[in-house]
Amino acid sequence: MLTKRIIPCLDMTEGKVVKGIQFVNFRDAGDPVELAKKYDDQGADELVFLDITATVDNRNILLDVVKRTAKEVTIPFTVGGGIRTKKDMQLVLRAGADKVGVNTGAFKRPSLISECAQSFGTQCVVLSLDAKRIGNQWNVIINGGQTDTGMPAIEWAQRAVKLGAGEILLTSIDADGMRQGFDIALTKAVTKVVNVPIIASGGAGKLADFKDIFIEGKADAALAASLFHFGELTIKDVKKYLTDHNILVRS
Amino acid sequence: MIAIIDYGINNLDSVENALDKLGAPSIVTNDATTIQSADVLILPGVGAACEGMKNLKKLNLDKVIISEVNKGKPILGICLGMQLLLSKSEEGDVDCLDLIKGSVNKFDSKNKIPQIGWNNVSFNDANRASNLKAGIPNNSYFYFVHSYYCIPTDANISLGITSYGLDYCSIFAKNNIVGVQFHPEKSGAVGFQLLKNVINYFN
Repeated sequence: MLTKRIIPCLDMTEGKVVKGIQFVNFRDAGDPVELAKKYDDQGADELVFLDITATVDNRNILLDVVKRTAKEVTIPFTVGGGIRTKKDMQLVLRAGADKVGVNTGAFKRPSLISECAQSFGTQCVVLSLDAKRIGNQWNVIINGGQTDTGMPAIEWAQRAVKLGAGEILLTSIDADGMRQGFDIALTKAVTKVVNVPIIASGGAGKLADFKDIFIEGKADAALAASLFHFGELTIKDVKKYLTDHNILVRS
Repeated sequence: MIAIIDYGINNLDSVENALDKLGAPSIVTNDATTIQSADVLILPGVGAACEGMKNLKKLNLDKVIISEVNKGKPILGICLGMQLLLSKSEEGDVDCLDLIKGSVNKFDSKNKIPQIGWNNVSFNDANRASNLKAGIPNNSYFYFVHSYYCIPTDANISLGITSYGLDYCSIFAKNNIVGVQFHPEKSGAVGFQLLKNVINYFN
């Protein structure tokens, strides 16, 4: 049986891991390759690296981190941030990433998804979707949490999957860094309309949040950052808790 | 020397990194002469079967691989590389290398497609290539990413079975040909053990 996945996320800028709250107020959380190794040893199922500033200068630093990580870790990892062209994606894959996250670049030019899916396979293309509740719906927010596109998240998720996104990394900006639990309603709404795996992200604060997002939110994977970086919970703690609650995880 | 066949659509470095860690000398190549002089071939791969076959043919490597394997050279197919060893694939309705009789079908859409994540492999004790299982507990988890699965005509060559909506062949082994649907190079300690076993099996 396929297990539920626990994925630590490493938000990076200038080669360092940082963590913010609702996409601002970032604090330093350490060296990415060291952290990646630690999470691999702890039994993480995958890793996600997001280059949150994604400038041209940072790109080379990011590729270097990707290369070093690929040599050190024995589990798959996704890299995102500033991907605008097929060439960008190819560089990241060549450096050793298994999957690439597309966000603003894909929203502005959706054919990026189909081009990459055709060349590298749908399983390489992760739609990174940042959503925020506006009135009675969730909108897609781009540019690192700064621009409300006005498009419903559900609509963009469906369209991106049709274009060839093989997985969705769904982040709730409302929940991000708040540690009040994942956004179950948002996750459920998206899992209902697409047939690809969903990684729920934003808001993990305690063990029960992971159980809830799998059982109620129907997520396939759960992502967390600060909780793991600052050592409040380990991957092992989360997996033991889930096993005790009859949720299948790799142990 | 292990030749990791580069046909343009793969994450080859991860296979190379894994072999480096195991101390097994390898080279990433699309050169026919290098492939002919290698002791073992690895056909890795992510992406679509039709693209994969198109690229192999463009590089004229399909014929080289078939001829080397028919002469007895060991080959390991990983993920798409495993699927390409079969006769044909539903993905783009394409003829593959036909080194193993059988076909490649798509998962039923009642499952999420692609299957992404860690799934367990239960061993078929009837398969004689039992040294491939050395040091790997039955039902260990490996990392899978795929939408299509292999159906070898001879079910006896299945060494590992995995369940995703249905039971399917996740490892096959027949003489000098081994295929694995998961990514051993991304499957932590058990994955590395399996790669080690494959290298030992081929020696």
